[in-house]
Formats: sequence, C-alpha cells, structure tokens
Amino acid sequence: MKKYNVFFTLLAILGFSIFLALSLGTMTFSWSEILHLILHRTEGSIPGTILWQLRIPRIVLAVVTGAGLAASGCVFQALLRNPLADSYTLGISGGAALGATIGIVSGLANIHALFLPLCAFCGTIVCIYAVYQLAANNRFSNHSLILSGVILGFICASMVLLLIALTNAEKLYSTLVWLTGDLSSTDPATIIIPFIMTTLGLGVLVLFSRELDVLTLGEEKAAHLGIDPEMMRKILFIIASLITAACVSVAGVVGFVGLMVPHLMRRFSGNGHRSLLIASAIGGAAFLTLCDTFARTVIAPIELPVGVITGLVGGITFFVLLLRKSSS
Amino acid sequence: MLPLCQRGKHRDNDRCYPPLQRGKHRDNDRCYPPLTKGERGGFAGKKFPLYNMIKLHSLAAGYKNKPVLSDISFSVKAGDCLGIIGPNGSGKTTLFRTITRTLKPWSGSVLYNNADLYQTPRHTIATTMAAMPQFIEYPFGITVYDFVALGRYPHLKRFAPLDAHDIAIIDRCLESTDSTSVRSRNLQELSGGERQRVLLAQALAQEPTLLILDEPTAHLDIGHQAAMMDLVQTLNAQTGLTVIMILHDLNLAAEYCRSLVLLHQGSIFAQGAPAKVLTYQNIEQVYNTVVVVNSNPVTQQPNVILVPQRYLTAKTASEREIR
Repeated sequence: MKKYNVFFTLLAILGFSIFLALSLGTMTFSWSEILHLILHRTEGSIPGTILWQLRIPRIVLAVVTGAGLAASGCVFQALLRNPLADSYTLGISGGAALGATIGIVSGLANIHALFLPLCAFCGTIVCIYAVYQLAANNRFSNHSLILSGVILGFICASMVLLLIALTNAEKLYSTLVWLTGDLSSTDPATIIIPFIMTTLGLGVLVLFSRELDVLTLGEEKAAHLGIDPEMMRKILFIIASLITAACVSVAGVVGFVGLMVPHLMRRFSGNGHRSLLIASAIGGAAFLTLCDTFARTVIAPIELPVGVITGLVGGITFFVLLLRKSSS
Repeated sequence: MLPLCQRGKHRDNDRCYPPLQRGKHRDNDRCYPPLTKGERGGFAGKKFPLYNMIKLHSLAAGYKNKPVLSDISFSVKAGDCLGIIGPNGSGKTTLFRTITRTLKPWSGSVLYNNADLYQTPRHTIATTMAAMPQFIEYPFGITVYDFVALGRYPHLKRFAPLDAHDIAIIDRCLESTDSTSVRSRNLQELSGGERQRVLLAQALAQEPTLLILDEPTAHLDIGHQAAMMDLVQTLNAQTGLTVIMILHDLNLAAEYCRSLVLLHQGSIFAQGAPAKVLTYQNIEQVYNTVVVVNSNPVTQQPNVILVPQRYLTAKTASEREIR
C-alpha cells in the first residue's frame, strides 16, 4: 500500500505543477478560468490563444521531456551501475548539441521549424551509433561505454565551441538559447514525436523492468539467471538513447533531470525498476514543469533558460542531500 | 537408460527423467526425490540412479588467445556431490564458467541432461541450474530480501508479482542460510561472510536441481564454513540436489564431497573418491608443497596437513621451534 501512496502523491504533485504552469504567466488564470477555457475552446479570444497556443504545448513538452529524461537516466544508471550516469556521460546530449549548432550555423534551421530538431536528432543518432559501435567492440562493457561516451562528448563539445567562436552574433544567440534548454516550441509535430517516442519507449522499458533489475547483478550472474546480458544491455541502451534523442532534439540540453530525479525517487519507491521507472517519469515531468514555470515567471517578461534552472535547483538540492547524508 | 516417468507410477521411481509437462505431475513440475524421507520411499541409502546430469567430454576452453582447459572429461550423476579442487590458476573458475553456460568451450561438449548445454536456451537452463559465483556486482541500495527475491526471476512470468509460493521459498532460503536477521538490511552493509550466505540463498531461491558453487566458503569463519557445507550436504541428501563445488580447502572437499576432480594446469590430474585423490603424492606433485595425509578420527576421511618449511630443513629440535 505504501507504493500506491507514493504514486498518488507524485501524481498529485504533477497535477499541481501543471495547474501552476497553466495559471501563471503574463496573464494569470484562476482554476475556474482554466476549466472554462479548456471546456469551451473559443478561437480568437486572447486568453484562449495564450492557453492553447502557448501554455498547453509548452506544458506537454515539459511533461514529456521531463518524463523521458528521468526514465532514461534511470536506465543508464542501472546499466552503468553508476549513480553519475545520464545522457551527458554517454555523450548523447553532446551529439544533439553539435547537430543543432551545425543546423543553426549553416542556416538549415531557418528553412522550416522542424529542421532544427531534425539536425539535433541526426547529431544524436550519429553519436549514439558511434558510442554503440565502440562499446560493442569490447563486449558492450561499462568501461567501454563510459569511455566512448566521454570521449565523444568532449569532441562534440569542442566542435560546438569552435562553431560558436566562428559564427555571427545572431546565430550565436540562437545556439545559446538552444543549448540552455528551450521548451517554447509551438509546432505540433515537434511535440507529437517526442510524446510518441517517450510513451512507447517508457512502455517497453517498464516491460523489461525485471530484466533491468537482474542486470544490476552483473553480466555473469544475470546469465546464470537466464537472460542474455549483452543483447539486453544493447536493447535497453538503444531505447533509452532514442527517448533521450527525441526529447533533447526538441527541448535542447536540459541538465540534471536524468541525474537527480531517479536518485530522489529511489528513496520513495525503492529499488525495483518497475516502480522506479514510473516514479522517475512522473517525478521528472513534475520537476521540469515546475522549473519551466519558474523560469518564465520569476523575472517576467524575461525568460530564463530552463536548463539553467534545472541545473541550479538540481545541483543545490543534491548538495543539501549530500550534506545531510554525511552528517547523519 | 532410465524409463520415462509414467503417470501414477511416480511413487515407485526414485528418479524420473525427463520431467513430465507442467500440471501432469502429482505435485512437482519437475521430479526430483521427495523433501521428506519416507514419503515416497526416501532417497538416502539408495544407490544413485544411473543418469548423467552433467557430462563433459574432451572439453577445451580459454579466454581470447589464452588456453586454460584441455581435454577435460568427467560426468556427474544426479544426486551426486562433486568437488573440484586444484591450485590457483589451474582453471577451476574457467571450468565453472563452462559448466554454467557463460563461457563457450573451444572444443568438446558439455551435456546437461543429455542435451548440449550450449544449444539449450538460457532461460530453460536457469529454471533447473543455479550457480553461486565467487564475485558478483552488488547493486547499490538493494535490501537482502530483494536481492534473494531476484533469484526467483527464472520462474516468474512477465508481469506477475511474487506470489505466496515465491515468498515462502525466499523465506525458507533465508532461514536455511541463517540470513533472516539481516533480511531488511542493505546489501552494502553486510560483512563478507554474511554476503556470501545471502548469495547462496539467492542461488537456492531458484529451486535448482543442480547447484554449482565457486568457492562458497571463501570468507567464512570455521563455524559458518561448517554450517554452509552442512546445509549443502543436507539438501543433497534429503532433496537429491546435485552439487558441484569448487573448493580450495582440501579438507572440506574430503569431508563433504563424494567424489573429487583434481585439476592441474588445466587438465585432470586425478579423479575419484577422496581417499583415492587426496594422497600425499598427488598433492605434493600438484601443489608443490610437502604435506602429510592422515585420516579424520571422526569421519575417517583423508585429512591433509601441511608441513612448515622449517621442519624440513631443520637439523636440530631447537631449529624447528618458532623464533
């Protein structure tokens, strides 16, 4: 019964953050106004436009991205048996950053709203493929995964800096906005794709949650218990990477969600990955929605980059937790 | 060859192979001799049925370009208790890996219940074969109970939670390895010996018919060594669990194994009953150290006693004493 309490609490927190995100902003809505606007969708009214064209897409993207990043961070931590693992460590975000920067600097991104996420996605896929191949040569061990991920991350980061140094001011600004996380995309296609990929991916991950539990025992013991460790690791790696790719390509580099949320959730939902994945997804969604609302309202009308807020909030929370732990 | 187990005739067989399909048996989905002695005629005292559970034939195995094992051939009958001994680096752990289906041999075959081990899918093997390796990765933050519960994985359906049967088995395994007091503690907090016992509990939770242990007594004090070996022997005697143990302690091997295989530089140096294998000539040749082989006054099994160097080179009584 304790598990159900945790889930209900998390869902309540998510509901609350969605409500906050819907109501706060340049125009503040009360809950009755929100209800009215949602039920009677009137085209042309300014509050309706704000809600439907600006806030709801943004909230959907925040929920999907938060859930996807947290769940895939959970999987990476289990695979690498390392509490510091997430999409950064494996170079995935670096590949996305490089792809996006190339897209902006070369002017491809101006052609159509979908092109920027597409460039980022291509960059991510290339990076994932490179990490996969390098690791597969060494039996997909943790050592080779981390090594190749870090190497590729460094290479991508250096190339991003190089491109930034050589480009003009306007493109520099666009790149910077993307690199620090930007959830304001309004093209419905750019929201549907991460939504589908995250939902499907999360479903498959929950399907394999027991195998994930068994894999944490190490390859030899996992083989004794009847799974093929190399194949399972590859499958889980690819699925988690694709979820991350879809989310990061649209939202930019949003840090700390994949790292911090699974850790926090472990205290409440225990170590079994079936509940941990779902709790991380819900917790990540709530966390990112709250951070995004904070980012766009705290010094309105200036919008702070959401990646910075997640980094700061996440980092400070972690710091406090570690202080508490070492003192107890 | 043993006749197939027939419906209704289970009472008369002390061993049935291969097992009938699930649901067609009176009480087990695989047959192995009864838990309580006398219920169906008992097991202890009877001769072992003549089928080979594990049979290795001309096995050669190694890592990358380094050959480790060559021409290993032996067989383990159902219900037997085999000990594998040998000096460090003689290939014991490599042999463990080939038997537990984690290292494919270069040549030769491993037959498990007369089927090629490496052609049978892993998950099928895992329902009947359990292994306790020497080193595993200990996941961070997991409790002892959840760790042992992972041992039930081969028997669980995809979304089914642990049912009463599973929980009963986990509790029984924890109890028999004396780990009930630590069941809610974090795995990281346990001592080496406690962790080893929990590892055995996890292997037992798989409800195996064949249990393979790699140095199960490595970090245990003498009391817990005896307890673990006694537990394994009880399971072997009462439930017919076939056991293959890799041991570095020759005396434990002599006391608890019905037959031994002595490995030397990757091949079998001697095999057979402990009295036949554990002779001072064999041990001196394989381990390169002088020993005396007595017999244990209680059990009459061979007892290997090492001889310190100073006794060999000393010329006077005073030289033999410790400075």
